[in-house]
Amino acid sequence: MEVVDRIKDTIGSDPVVLFMKGTPDFPQCGFSAQAVAALRACGTEFSAVNIFEDPELREALKSFSNWPTYPQLYVGGELVGGCDIIVEMYHSGELAKLLEQGDAA
Amino acid sequence: MNEARVQSIRDRLQVAFAPEYLEVEDESHLHEGHAGAASGLGHFRVTIVSSSFQEMGRMQRHRAVYAALGSMMETDIHALSVRALTADEI
Repeated sequence: MEVVDRIKDTIGSDPVVLFMKGTPDFPQCGFSAQAVAALRACGTEFSAVNIFEDPELREALKSFSNWPTYPQLYVGGELVGGCDIIVEMYHSGELAKLLEQGDAA
Repeated sequence: MNEARVQSIRDRLQVAFAPEYLEVEDESHLHEGHAGAASGLGHFRVTIVSSSFQEMGRMQRHRAVYAALGSMMETDIHALSVRALTADEI
């Protein structure tokens, strides 16, 4: 499968997807760890993709999403943002709200 | 080396957004020994207040900051934390 199709497949099949450095239990970057913590604090199920295990996807997703950094959070197939936005939305309560909607979708 | 990078980040953001407030911190020292630090690229934290952000959502603001930094995102910056606000959001 082409890498772009793999991206679309991933963000299309799971309602909440975090593309991150490392895994939720062993994040390899503080920003990815923070994003995982925010998602866990909301109590939502999410799937995680370790971009270190897929260098081709790591590069392709940056241009696909027009977002140059990781982590990247997708809800309902749409990019929500990176670590700063995730944390900001967590504190304002918007993240929990969005994730509830994502789960329902 | 990171002093020059901070200055260069400041210059690019200054030109792009004419900010009312701009702070660029070098946080590279917090990440020594971490895998990303080995690349020699820096970790920076930007706080920027500008009326340019008024009509923009969060993602647009971040994208605008990334776009203003252009090639530096590849050549100088490993990680960038961004707070982009308008004056009435402070």
